Amino acid sequence: MHPAFSVIFLTTLIGAGQGLFIALAIVEFYAALRLLPEHASHYYAAGSAISLALLALGLFASFFHLGHPERAWRAAAMWRTSWLSREVIVLPVMMGIAFLYGVVHLIGINPVLFSLPGNVAVPLTLLLGIIGALVAVVLYVTTAMIYACLRFLQEWHSPLTVANYTLLGLASGFTLAAAQAAFMAVELVHFLAVGAVIFTVLGFLSRTASLIRNARLKAKSTLQTATGIKHPTIVQKSQGFMGGSFNTREFFHGMSEMFVRSVKWIFLVGVFLIPTVLLLTAIFMRGDVSTVLASAFVIQYLGLVAERWFFFAQARHPQNLYYQSVA
Amino acid sequence: MTQLALVIDLNVCVGCHACVTSCKEWNTSGGAGPLVDKNAYDEDPSGTFFNRVQTFEVGEFPSTETVHFPKSCLHCEDPPCVPVCPTGASYKRPEDGIVLVDYDKCIGCKYCSWACPYGVREIDESRKEMTKCTLCVDRIYNPTLDEADRLPACVKACPTNARLYGDIHDPDSVVSVAIREAGGYQLMPEWGTKPANHYLPRRKTRITIRDEELERSDNPLKIDSKLPRPGRDEPSLDDVTSW
Repeated sequence: MHPAFSVIFLTTLIGAGQGLFIALAIVEFYAALRLLPEHASHYYAAGSAISLALLALGLFASFFHLGHPERAWRAAAMWRTSWLSREVIVLPVMMGIAFLYGVVHLIGINPVLFSLPGNVAVPLTLLLGIIGALVAVVLYVTTAMIYACLRFLQEWHSPLTVANYTLLGLASGFTLAAAQAAFMAVELVHFLAVGAVIFTVLGFLSRTASLIRNARLKAKSTLQTATGIKHPTIVQKSQGFMGGSFNTREFFHGMSEMFVRSVKWIFLVGVFLIPTVLLLTAIFMRGDVSTVLASAFVIQYLGLVAERWFFFAQARHPQNLYYQSVA
Repeated sequence: MTQLALVIDLNVCVGCHACVTSCKEWNTSGGAGPLVDKNAYDEDPSGTFFNRVQTFEVGEFPSTETVHFPKSCLHCEDPPCVPVCPTGASYKRPEDGIVLVDYDKCIGCKYCSWACPYGVREIDESRKEMTKCTLCVDRIYNPTLDEADRLPACVKACPTNARLYGDIHDPDSVVSVAIREAGGYQLMPEWGTKPANHYLPRRKTRITIRDEELERSDNPLKIDSKLPRPGRDEPSLDDVTSW
């Protein structure tokens, strides 16, 4: 497939935004359980603002993928059958919750709605945070299922796709949360950086598993099934035209094998190795770790852009069988 | 239920591209607007087509066979491109099984083209809408056309009658008979899309001619030719006898 940067930015930006929101909700939840100290509400407000900004940037990027962005509202119609439609519905819901969560923290009117046994008060923001975190997980699933549901794109048609989108989004979100905490709530850095390491390592495991799986894939479609001619030797002599077409642009990345392989190693180093080293450094280092964590997030994010590029480039669409030869 | 479809006879197709140009001509003149040809006369031209004829070489030289392979939307009975469409622009008509795009609803996200294993959907680069074979839905029901012209443009154009058109759910239709009796098959059956369009395989066409069929033992011509030809001024058989 030809990697579209609009989709690459959409999935990586909202992934980090959702991860950051989940990190905030977990911090608030733990604070309510008195496992973590209480935090000033401006910390949460700033965090949800960053999360909202990432979600909005992702949404903005997605419009560049559309031929008719002015009709985008129609995309909510087919939620019964289309994962894309479901994502289109869940993303604004996620943004709305992140917005409300930030506003309630910002203006400080945060009534306790009810109490749980053990004298755990549940204020409005905690409830919003938990709902938002669940919605964020749903959004990961809807985003990943857009790709995972296409059964003949065998590289994508796997539960590992959902695991990768979720874990890599959580990893970058927690790294960003740790970086934000280094600037605004130093006592949280350790907790969030450990979370980021956990998700980065889990992400490494699932992404490596999908790399191994994809390397062993045997294409179900062949020239024999594509043409119905049962002969072991079939060569395309002409695809029917000599100019360009949508089919030759959209489904081929047009890069060399060497380039694609380099991108794989770049993202393995950029998403997993360097951020893990930097996060561990921040966990064990004394003093100001804000630069270390900020660079960890930036490197991991850029690595994720490479990871998403590779994700698209690696998928071999069966239609490519029909477009092998210009003559 | 009706399921209109094409059956393409690979044994007959000569790869002339008449169906391609006829399809382009009809559909670029239609109500939905032209099918763009970008840089048609410049470097790197690029066009939108609903139908392509491709050429494959089967076997190894010198025992090879050239197969011309027309490819357009197969109007699957279980089309994977339809459920993925977020707006409902891509749909399958229940009354005749044609898979169509409602251009006014299409947002140009290209997701349906990703979901089609056959690569038969092409986005129109100037209209920014997904386009595809309509089975000439604006011809086959068109009351302003003669009855004989109410056929897909590609079918009308084919000089060798390699493209058959009809309802594959009607067991007596020309397409059903062809599928049944000439070994019609579907493309990429492994994905369970149940394409309505079928292809007829290459067949060995042989006729055995024995000598007696050309020169029968009782062939009167052969006997005549052995006799001396009558002269020009001599009476012919018609002059001397009444049959």
